[in-house]
Amino acid sequence: MAKQHITTTINGEEAEYLCEAQETLLDVLRDQVGLTGTKEGCSSGDCGACSVMLDGRLVCSCLVLGVEAEGKTVETIEGMADGEELHPLQQKFLEEAALQCGFCTPGVLVAAKALLDVNDDPTETEVRYWLAGNLCRCTGYDKIIRAVMDTAADLRGASA
Amino acid sequence: MNEQAKQFKFVGTRPIRPDGVDKVTGRAMYGADLTLPGMLEGKVVRSPHAHARIKSIDTSKAEALNGVKSVVTAADMPEAESKPVAAGEAMINFRDLAENVIARHKVFYEGQTVAAVAATSNEIAERAAALIEVEYEVLPHVIDVLDAMKDDAPVLHDHIFTGGVTPKPEKPSNVANRVEFALGDIDAGFAAADIVIERKFTTEPVHQAYIEPHAVVADMGPDGKADVWCSSQGHFMVRSFCAGLLKIEMSKIKVSAAEIGGGFGGKTTVYLEPLAIMLSRKAGRPVRMVMSREEIFRASGPTSGAAMTIKIGATKDGRITAGDATLCLQAGAFPGSPVGPAAMTAFAPYDLENVRVVGFDVVSNRPKVVAYRAPGAPISEYAVESVVDELASELGLDPIEFRAKNGAKEGTQAAYGVKFGTIGMQETLEAAKATEHYKIPLGPNQGRGVATGFWFNIGGESCAGIRINEDGSVSLTEGSPDIGGSRASMAIMAAEVLGIDVAKIKPSVVDTDATGYHFVTGGSRVTFATGMAVVDASKAAIDELRARAAKIWDVDVDGVVWEDGHAKPASTNVGDFEPMSLAEIAAIANKTGGPISGHADINAKGAGPGFGTHICDVEVDPDTGFVTVLRYTAVQDVGRAIHPSYVEGQLQGGAAQGIGWALNEAYMYDEDGKLENAGFLDYRVPVASDLPMIDTILVEIPNPTHPFGVRGVGEVPIIPPLAAVNNAVAAATGVRFTALPLSPPAILAGTGAGD
Repeated sequence: MAKQHITTTINGEEAEYLCEAQETLLDVLRDQVGLTGTKEGCSSGDCGACSVMLDGRLVCSCLVLGVEAEGKTVETIEGMADGEELHPLQQKFLEEAALQCGFCTPGVLVAAKALLDVNDDPTETEVRYWLAGNLCRCTGYDKIIRAVMDTAADLRGASA
Repeated sequence: MNEQAKQFKFVGTRPIRPDGVDKVTGRAMYGADLTLPGMLEGKVVRSPHAHARIKSIDTSKAEALNGVKSVVTAADMPEAESKPVAAGEAMINFRDLAENVIARHKVFYEGQTVAAVAATSNEIAERAAALIEVEYEVLPHVIDVLDAMKDDAPVLHDHIFTGGVTPKPEKPSNVANRVEFALGDIDAGFAAADIVIERKFTTEPVHQAYIEPHAVVADMGPDGKADVWCSSQGHFMVRSFCAGLLKIEMSKIKVSAAEIGGGFGGKTTVYLEPLAIMLSRKAGRPVRMVMSREEIFRASGPTSGAAMTIKIGATKDGRITAGDATLCLQAGAFPGSPVGPAAMTAFAPYDLENVRVVGFDVVSNRPKVVAYRAPGAPISEYAVESVVDELASELGLDPIEFRAKNGAKEGTQAAYGVKFGTIGMQETLEAAKATEHYKIPLGPNQGRGVATGFWFNIGGESCAGIRINEDGSVSLTEGSPDIGGSRASMAIMAAEVLGIDVAKIKPSVVDTDATGYHFVTGGSRVTFATGMAVVDASKAAIDELRARAAKIWDVDVDGVVWEDGHAKPASTNVGDFEPMSLAEIAAIANKTGGPISGHADINAKGAGPGFGTHICDVEVDPDTGFVTVLRYTAVQDVGRAIHPSYVEGQLQGGAAQGIGWALNEAYMYDEDGKLENAGFLDYRVPVASDLPMIDTILVEIPNPTHPFGVRGVGEVPIIPPLAAVNNAVAAATGVRFTALPLSPPAILAGTGAGD
């Protein structure tokens, strides 16, 4: 089958790629666009390692087709920092050691940012349920949850 | 000078890890992230049967498909010889490893590799794999460990005659080995007891469930030299196993360590790597192979399920008089369950006079088990700690005091042969007892459980290089894949010894051509053993720095000391010289003898044993049987925490895995011996909303053999949770459960509420 020509916006820049109709957005990002920060952990939408934002909505990119990004905006972990300036979540994750192997980290950060974008004062329970779709096998989640809540507190303090 | 007596400047601090920015920005390269020009994608053909003879394999249709560049079956692989090799902390047979990589005559479990194919795209490789025709003669299979031990069980391997028994059995069986550890006289011990409790326990196999799939890129040129990039817990292990399996000289295989997305023991062996090299060799192009999550569940890991009998006797005043255990552990399709360490650790937290542990290593038609965090210990100690708790309860004693009364201490003779040196078992119990957590009142349907855990920890081969750069920065090289922040620990230890800022040191995990042999990242050994190598290499660099300063000052090297990152005259007798900093000496190294470095290649001995005590509070819903973990505290003797945040992280992560083992996780098989829950939806690892915060208490009883007192910390924390949860559920429900996982149906069946 002929490949589809897709025009989309990835991390704020217009991007084009050719993809097969059945290729997932995850595979396209990793293999065609060269953005390997988005990880594949299960390909069934259970682990959240492939979390990206699609038109402002948090999705598992393994459950989205590459062709579905036509005309939309995609945000990945690679677009989270502003040049050398890390996003406050990224900085907090480093300061509080909220990662061990780091493989789930991109997906967790993308999902956590999506939470803070809609809720600047989440409770611990809200953070835990929001991130329930992002599996981490290393940390027991403790430091991840704290880092997200501490970032939220910092951001509230900065904007107060 | 004794490093332990000094005040530390960097040890015990929490700098940002050197690889951190890469890992929060998506730049870090893991196993599947590498793309090479002309790279092919490889796929595996797997057995659909639990047990079958391979009658024929026809690859012709696959090879004829446009885009297919190579196909590999066992016929392409050299015959492996029968010899024991270390795989993680267990021993396996090299011939079995070869069979597990690709089946030759029989398949022994659903999911075992029978062929592999490389093509120009994943889609073509998948189509080609489906075109490979394998004709099987299906054989009777056996899944359960006790079934596999029966006389009439289907026998997997005709060459297995139970080892460790005399005389040698007359016929082959699935019981590959028997082990026994004993101390004292258990009959006399039980005769002296006022109370004896005997229980039978079962646990299910659980998977390490690292989030990163196994992944490799291999590139073999026509000169027979291979470059391999993969995610593993030991790239030297990968080199050694691939060289042995493919009969290639080690020097011709260069393995680079990708960042590793979790392993927990599950990446201490090879699956795809030898296949990728063979596919690349035949195709003349690089080949990438990545397992799907389903393949990971069906064909890699897990750890053993078990059937166990535990009998413990005690006096009325709370002194344990004897402990007896029989442990039957599933090995999977080939011998090599962790029954040895399970047997050795079973009673090790206690100072007992009379102990006997008998273990059986049993094969059945399941994937070959591989190490999982303190292999075997969570299984046996779960059973023992459950009976210990019941004894304390029956005797009306506080469970921590009962453990303290019987707990191991310096000088305790363990049944497995060691006499303990400086250990922190008692201190972890005291710290647990002193927590606020232990005093919080509980509500209805709530219960509190306590359990302890012991793990040996290991040392082994490690190497390190310290290169003092011209500008005074330092490049640190070593070869232990960094699975959870070890680069940070290495940099801290080097900074402490060299006396320069930790930010001046860049640690790198280098490839197999660039450093000497390292044993795997496993056994909680890296911060201990590779850390020792880093300390030794730093000291060697200091000796060279002192020699250069001596040359500059024209004094004897013995007259130069190293303090706070500076060479100084040892006394005013040596001369009146301004101290020279590391950077000042480095800047003129070309005038004093050339580049400055220090190296150490060691086989570290003296790993300090690790002990931990955990407290778990649960609430059990009487209507649904659902268990909620309310509070959790993990206390552990960590020797010395080099970077406390990552030590806490080990305790928290291990606790979470243990809670999953206790409550949710299990391999489930259908009648045909096929795995029914090969995915994260049906194999439920704990998610964020399943857990509370996990409080940690780091007890520091320094290991006298390590320059900073380090004990391994990674494995102990997965041991206590199984029994801590089980004991908490018993307290909440009044029912002593003896099978894991404690799923809602199991709880309801036990409490009778499900009737």
